[in-house]
Amino acid sequence: MNSRYFFIIVFLFIGVVACEKEVIERFAGFQNPANFPEPVYHFDTNPVTKEKFELGRKLFYDPILSANNSISCGSCHIQTAAFTHHGHTVSHGIFDRTGTRNAPPIMNLAWNNSFMWDGGIFDLDMQSIAPITNHVEMDETMVNVLNKLRSSEQYSRLFKNAYGTEEISTSNFLKALSQFMALCISSNSKYDSVMRNEGGKSFIADESAGYEIFKTKCGTCHTEPLFTDNSFRNNGLSISMVNDQGRYLVTSTASDKYKFKVPSLRNLSYTAPYMHDGRFFTLDAVLDHYTRMENTPNLDPVFQQNGSLGLTLNSDEKIKIIAFLRTLDDRSFLFDKRFSEQ
Amino acid sequence: MRSIIVAIICFSLFSSCKKELTYNTMLKSELSVEFDNIAGGADLQLTTATYTNALSETFKVTKLKYYVSNFVLTNTNGTVYTVPKDSCYFLIDESDEDTHEPILNVPEGEYKTLSFLLGVDSLKNAADVSERTGSLDPGTTASDMYWGWNQGYIFFKMDGTSPLITSMGNAFQYHVGGFGGYNSATPNNLKTITLDLTTRGTPKVKAGKETNIHLFVDILKALNGTTNMSFATSAMIHSISAGVPVANNYANMFTHDHTEN
Repeated sequence: MNSRYFFIIVFLFIGVVACEKEVIERFAGFQNPANFPEPVYHFDTNPVTKEKFELGRKLFYDPILSANNSISCGSCHIQTAAFTHHGHTVSHGIFDRTGTRNAPPIMNLAWNNSFMWDGGIFDLDMQSIAPITNHVEMDETMVNVLNKLRSSEQYSRLFKNAYGTEEISTSNFLKALSQFMALCISSNSKYDSVMRNEGGKSFIADESAGYEIFKTKCGTCHTEPLFTDNSFRNNGLSISMVNDQGRYLVTSTASDKYKFKVPSLRNLSYTAPYMHDGRFFTLDAVLDHYTRMENTPNLDPVFQQNGSLGLTLNSDEKIKIIAFLRTLDDRSFLFDKRFSEQ
Repeated sequence: MRSIIVAIICFSLFSSCKKELTYNTMLKSELSVEFDNIAGGADLQLTTATYTNALSETFKVTKLKYYVSNFVLTNTNGTVYTVPKDSCYFLIDESDEDTHEPILNVPEGEYKTLSFLLGVDSLKNAADVSERTGSLDPGTTASDMYWGWNQGYIFFKMDGTSPLITSMGNAFQYHVGGFGGYNSATPNNLKTITLDLTTRGTPKVKAGKETNIHLFVDILKALNGTTNMSFATSAMIHSISAGVPVANNYANMFTHDHTEN
């Protein structure tokens, strides 16, 4: 090899390493993407700092949160699957127990006003208690988790760095987790670049056509730019053996039976399978469902128009919608080292 | 003559008594409220005693916990005193005697009614986690009185066994919560309890002396009432709606037994 090329390669390599290091070390706190609305998360009562965010990240990836120290939040919320449990219809928790619902992504939670498929939790700070104490997820008690953390010298130090006190309170513990989760922001898809007019990016013909169809057929519920209106709806899924009654389980209101939270459509390429119980493995299957759904109790009125159930989509339209949906993939989110286990 | 002397002595005693009972409403004093859990006419015994509900089903109680909060006292002169909210969230736990007699700080005076909430008010159910300390800390005292999956406190929890229950080791679990909902309405199982204090002994609160309002809390009334709860048909209550009949019953389980002045 020509020695000049060798040096150039070495320099480039150093450059890349240096850049990567810089990315990890720079901490900008919460930054609202230019094309996003104001967040709903109460950052005023949980001001973001590097130390709290990093503590939250460490907790997120620490199996100490589970009963037998085997399962972390990251076990079922895997970054490379946009923080879902890739390939699992419903998640495997502790002792290989399975639940009844598909693990939702930890993504853009700062814009969510409720959490879980049934919206049973309305404050991100209180969210982590649910998986920690759930029998089929981590099956631990909050008391035990906090005591395990308190007996760890490393955590005493990290909490002191973050909060100025070694005291590990429920609030400080939960708020650190919130900081990590609230900053897991996915806003660098092709769609975002197009919307923000970055680098002259534009949709190709199918994407453009798909976007127009999407706006008419899907945009009522999957509103831009987060691709959910945070509402609860029955989208016509057949009632499975589990007979999961969705939001009814938390509200006890009959008109909430079989309603589930409208999920975001960002990063769909990485988050299969789909729906609250992961019943559809492909986007084709999802779109097919929307054209031949079942009239179950409380089916959303949006699917009962013009005397027929569901949406009218021909195969060409489906192809174009999927082309558009792929523009919501944000690969940088999957490999952003700030969100990875360190 | 003798009767006149007796009358004078009585009068002087009476007036000296009266003199003692002048109140300075600027001063506050401790008033304890005792939650004496009973079953029918007898002191509640966890685990050991067998009780019978209105449907003649026998049962034992292994755990009894409930929240009381938002205390308000009405003076005999009509003045209403609301105890500062954050000083009065109490978790009564039958297995822990230290919790049976919460103490309120109230202005000196005589009080004709006591009112409080069975449960935790909706604002606190939606409060920032940093404001959930003491009896409301889901990481300590409240860890088994909080629904992680359906954000909110469990107001009332009674666990036990009944031979009429054939599954789960004969266990029943009556867990009642539901503050009315945050994003959308749910049944509201919060109950405001208002008790007349005048017929069984008006509390006279004065600095330097102890006053105790002794309440009976009859757990049988949580089971028997508008709806007579059946362990055979309803062993597990874990949802807001399932708890409604129990809540309607437990609204009537408190009585004022006496006051120690």
